[in-house]
Amino acid sequence: MSLRLTASLAGRGVSVDLALASGETLALLGPNGAGKSTVLGMLAGLVRPDEGAAALDGTTLFDLPSTWLAPHRRGVALLAQEALLFPHLTAHGNVAFAARATGLARAAARERADDWLSRTGAEAVAERRPAELSGGQAQRVAIARALAAEPRLTLLDEPLASLDVGVAAELRLTLAEVLADRTAVLVTHDVLDAYLLADRVAVLQEGTVVEQGPTREVLARPRHPFTAEIAGLSLLTGRRTALGIRTDDGLELAGTESEPIGAGMPVTAVIRPSSVGLHPAGSDGIPARVTALEPRDDLVRVRTDRLTALLPAAVVAELRLAPGSPVSLRVAPEDVAIAPD
Amino acid sequence: MTTSARSSASRRPATSRPATTGVPAWLLVIAAVGALFVLLPVAAMVLQVDWAQFPALISSPSSVDALLLSLRTSLTATAACLVLGIPMAMVLARVPFRGRGLVRAIVLLPLVLPPVVGGLALLALYGRRGLLDGALPVAFSTPAVVIAQTFVALPFLVLSLEGALRTAGDRYEAVAATLGAGPSTVLFRVTLPLVVPAIVSGAVLSFARALGEFGATLTFAGSLQGVTRTLPLEIYLQRETDPDAAVALSLVLIAVAIAVVAVAHGAGEPLRRRTA
Amino acid sequence: MTVSGRLTAAAASLAVLLLAVTGCSASGSPSGTATPTSAATGGATGTITVFAAASLTSTFTELGKQFEKANPGSSVTFSFAGSSDLVSQLSAGAPADVFASADEATMQKAVAAGVTAGDPVDVATNVLAIAVPTGNPAHIESFADLAKPGVATVVCAPQVPCGAATAKVEASTGTTLTPVSQESSVTDVLGKVISGEADAGIVYATDVRGAGDKVDSVPFPEAKDVVNTYPIVAVGQGANAAGGKAFIAFVTGPTGQKVLRAAGFGAP
Repeated sequence: MSLRLTASLAGRGVSVDLALASGETLALLGPNGAGKSTVLGMLAGLVRPDEGAAALDGTTLFDLPSTWLAPHRRGVALLAQEALLFPHLTAHGNVAFAARATGLARAAARERADDWLSRTGAEAVAERRPAELSGGQAQRVAIARALAAEPRLTLLDEPLASLDVGVAAELRLTLAEVLADRTAVLVTHDVLDAYLLADRVAVLQEGTVVEQGPTREVLARPRHPFTAEIAGLSLLTGRRTALGIRTDDGLELAGTESEPIGAGMPVTAVIRPSSVGLHPAGSDGIPARVTALEPRDDLVRVRTDRLTALLPAAVVAELRLAPGSPVSLRVAPEDVAIAPD
Repeated sequence: MTTSARSSASRRPATSRPATTGVPAWLLVIAAVGALFVLLPVAAMVLQVDWAQFPALISSPSSVDALLLSLRTSLTATAACLVLGIPMAMVLARVPFRGRGLVRAIVLLPLVLPPVVGGLALLALYGRRGLLDGALPVAFSTPAVVIAQTFVALPFLVLSLEGALRTAGDRYEAVAATLGAGPSTVLFRVTLPLVVPAIVSGAVLSFARALGEFGATLTFAGSLQGVTRTLPLEIYLQRETDPDAAVALSLVLIAVAIAVVAVAHGAGEPLRRRTA
Repeated sequence: MTVSGRLTAAAASLAVLLLAVTGCSASGSPSGTATPTSAATGGATGTITVFAAASLTSTFTELGKQFEKANPGSSVTFSFAGSSDLVSQLSAGAPADVFASADEATMQKAVAAGVTAGDPVDVATNVLAIAVPTGNPAHIESFADLAKPGVATVVCAPQVPCGAATAKVEASTGTTLTPVSQESSVTDVLGKVISGEADAGIVYATDVRGAGDKVDSVPFPEAKDVVNTYPIVAVGQGANAAGGKAFIAFVTGPTGQKVLRAAGFGAP
């Protein structure tokens, strides 16, 4: 089961070219408004592109302008942020919906629903109505409902976004199990989702794919600023020098490369914030100015006009950091990963 | 967010009645006036009835014929309203097409037309000298009564249902489609079940309107006992010679209408709760 | 006071207010001037209120105009409706000076209700007629033809005067009709004939005359056996009893009778 999509929709500024092998899960990352939901809509048959084609397993989903398969014929299930469980059916009725809608006998449909409810850990709430379910329970039922349709392609649009962190963590593991051998496209903002659930990632910005590849590669060695942002890394672009990199604005950094690169070639340098040392201004290191502080539990992400550092809150307080404070940054050459651009 | 965080917070006392209704007092007064405006005339009529004579007045053959005819035709008209009105409401709510606003206005026309004008319009189409040249022999027949009642009652169902369909939106239908349900399956298993309360209330309104229909029936179908003389027409005739009978029959009509509305409302309540 | 207590108090006070307001208007207050008639021309003045049966509409309106010309300073206002409706209104206290009914039975009801002042006199008579759509599509030639199967005959319901008269004709001729509709008013019968829905309808001779070329009529000699009499009476609830009496005299007098005869009414 392989998926191929090439389509564009001028009205939303989207133009994409994606490929996915059978059984793989692709994480679609990107800022809000990048067009991720539009891509899912095209695959599901709910959004009509201006031009393009998509094929799943050899079946043409659409090939404009001549062919357009209606949503109910595609075998493509869509799971959204909101569970959207049918209010007039019980959880069990919801999960059995696809089977009953395609003509399966009552007994067989019931079995399938029971099976999926237990696989997603929702068998306890089978007889409840959607209004009586918590967010996490509803999402479990929604996952069960989508998969009980035995889709050839599963689409998930930020399925964990509206859940509590703890509930999301549990559900993420459930998703990992049920998506293991399925062809799926998952839209998410969360890098953890990508690492755990996706074999490949594609980064969408302003309607086009700016980077795609196997998950670990892309996220460990981002080539695009937004990818670096999502992966929580700092990304610099510049040219290869003898020691490392000279960035476009003149900063010289020593670094290490994974493969030989000729001097003067365009390169990127990726730096993990936790490996950046921050010191009072004037001391040895790269002069920089703090642009923002983003606290997260007991750590603070300190953004500067050069690199981003990750410091304990106590240190930030001690140094009396605030936007505009001058600081000095240090990073060891082995923590600066240089790669061809 | 842990569940233990809130246990120490102060708990609100478990009162079942709120301290205020949330509605200003002068509003209650005006609402009461409105209610009395409707209730007092009905109460006055109840007081006017000669209760000793009541059973005899309402059990005459002409009265019984009229009541049964009214019930038969109104129920048939309501069924026709459902069969025609549900598709109309669906198209008006979900299918964008040019001129939709105009079509909606025309469909709702029977609401504002005086019923007699409705009857004249029906004659203009079905009458012997009408557009169809009397090809359909409906004149002076019971089907003519059903046609007249359906004509005036249809907008109630369409109006009630279209509003509900618009509010419900079509997100559930999109999900159902991705689960493999074709358009007809989506209609019967998702769309309609979600608007059952609106269908019920629309049907009740249509039934009540059909039951009380007078002007169009008189103009289009005529008035013959057991064939076309519905209860309102019977009341109108009884006024000439037996005003007491007219009042008694009016109460029967009111009682039937109240019963239908109460039953349908009662049946609708659990449905409303189910789809909330 | 609790919320529900306030509501009850407000409702009670408003109910009392409403009943007081509606109760006040029932009694009419005499306001018009009742000047005595002067001998020379018709000297009746002031507004005269006349309640008359619907079938008298066009003739009485014409008579009203002529009365006003003959009695400068007078103004006749009419209320035309079904006779029993009018009796109900009079019983409820509606102000009127004159009442003209479409048959004697209804006039008896008025007398029994105690709304009349003085004895009723007959002002006109009316007989039935057979009206057919222009061109007589069903080729009706006599009263007996109305009973033929397949003929769509429309009549008045027996509860109204013209229907009672129709029943009498049926009895006297021995022909039983099976009408397709029994209307509550003769206007509705006429309407169905004019529109062509009915093959024939039994209405008054005056209705046929009044409809002009919208209907044709079929000779109906048996009609003269059943005569419908229109009585007229003074009513004491109005403001202008003298004017009312003058109007009655006018209508029963030579001028009035000429107008009635021209419309197709018979002599009282």
